[in-house]
Amino acid sequence: MAKLKTLIVDDEPGIRSGIRRILSNFTTSYPFIEENFEYELEEAEDGIIALDKIKIKKYDIILLDNKLPGIEGIEILNIIKKEEIDCAVMMITSFASLDLAVRATNEGAYNFVPKPFTPAELRTAMENITKHLYLKRLTKDVNKEEKQFRFQFLSIIGHELKSPINAVESYLRIILEQQLGNNIDDYKTMILRSIERIKGMRTLISDMLDLTKVQSQNQNLPKSELDICSLAKRIIETLEPMQQQRNIKIYTDFPAECNFYCNENEINIIFNNLISNAIKYNIENGKIFLTIKPEENQIKIITEDTGIGMTKEEVDMLFGEFVRIKNNQTKNIEGSGLGLSILKKIIEKYHGTINVDSTPDKGTTFSIKMFHAEK
Amino acid sequence: MTNKKNILLVDDDLDQLEIVGLYVSKFGFNPIKIDNQKEAETYIENNKPDLAIFDLMMENEDSGFILSYKLKKKYPDVPVIIITAVASETGMSFGLDNETNKTWIKADLYLEKNIREDQLHREMKRLLN
Repeated sequence: MAKLKTLIVDDEPGIRSGIRRILSNFTTSYPFIEENFEYELEEAEDGIIALDKIKIKKYDIILLDNKLPGIEGIEILNIIKKEEIDCAVMMITSFASLDLAVRATNEGAYNFVPKPFTPAELRTAMENITKHLYLKRLTKDVNKEEKQFRFQFLSIIGHELKSPINAVESYLRIILEQQLGNNIDDYKTMILRSIERIKGMRTLISDMLDLTKVQSQNQNLPKSELDICSLAKRIIETLEPMQQQRNIKIYTDFPAECNFYCNENEINIIFNNLISNAIKYNIENGKIFLTIKPEENQIKIITEDTGIGMTKEEVDMLFGEFVRIKNNQTKNIEGSGLGLSILKKIIEKYHGTINVDSTPDKGTTFSIKMFHAEK
Repeated sequence: MTNKKNILLVDDDLDQLEIVGLYVSKFGFNPIKIDNQKEAETYIENNKPDLAIFDLMMENEDSGFILSYKLKKKYPDVPVIIITAVASETGMSFGLDNETNKTWIKADLYLEKNIREDQLHREMKRLLN
């Protein structure tokens, strides 16, 4: 139960006590909000007292009469707006000053109840303003979290890009100053390592772009009915140089055709991630088994590799952003640490699931289930 | 055996390890290169280096601090340098300018990546004297 601090500002004692009577045992609840709301009431009989109170204490809701001795309601409203005081204001006005009520709403009052009001009218108005307040604060929290997340994301990106730049720069300086003598062959490892680190940066940048794309575009991507087996085959072909380098064989178990309603680019990212991981984290001469199975309004994609595998703790860490499992076997593998979190975000868009089953030194199996995209 | 001073280098970025290793050999020291916190801990248990240079973030976000702490506990007289890029990216500072920080950070010097060769040489000479 949340208590909302409510200030009643009215010069007529009858109105103040009336409001108090109506709201003292009143609780609002909404089907979409877990919490119920109650009102903790305080009163102010004129504008000056009201302002003093507002400046000292934080109120959630202010019920504000306009015709007040000393300072008018609309002026108080102005101050609340100017000083960015976080509260919701409801004006209490007589029918005669409807004009003013409209002006007040323009000035930032949430709504108004005309005087005289029935208990039911006041309660309905309170329900509305409470909902408004709740949603307003909710979006504020979400924005804050989003900002925090973005800051973290950017600083990690910065770090991940800076390390290879540092390495390449140092290598170049060593080469420039011919620190190992003047035989070019002595610098070969440094040059190869620099190229390797630059490749790593490129992967990070394109993964980062994929991730922002997946996050920013929602349901509006072009979708069509596609045979995902042929998409998978195409990705396998593009990854052939990587397979040959490590002599890895891919065995496929596909149906003759498997139509899936989806966005082509997203499915390509999924296959690309799954298969290139299965190659990178495999042993030399290893094997990969790729299975695609249509099921009633969903598809199943399974990759099984004979690679280095992971411990249970490593699997638990796997889907975080920038998580790279660091151990002796993985330290020479370049990766952005973004691949699987991109994968997971796409799968979520298809209301699907991803499961990982892994044994160290035996291999890893990723099983994905996805539903057709909504038409 | 030579009587070159042993410098323990720990960094999970293999290139950084290689580069700093190269600098250190050029200065006339003997670099001991280790690329993870765990192996470095084992090394510290069995050996006493003359000076240690740690990267901050390895398996753990604070691997460098952990290593510093363990090394200083065993050999309080061995100087430690922590090299990291954290400060310039996040604005965090691990300044060693006051006594409290010095006691818990347990490093003698805190350097920013990308460190210059001459600067590293100067600081190492200073700490080893």
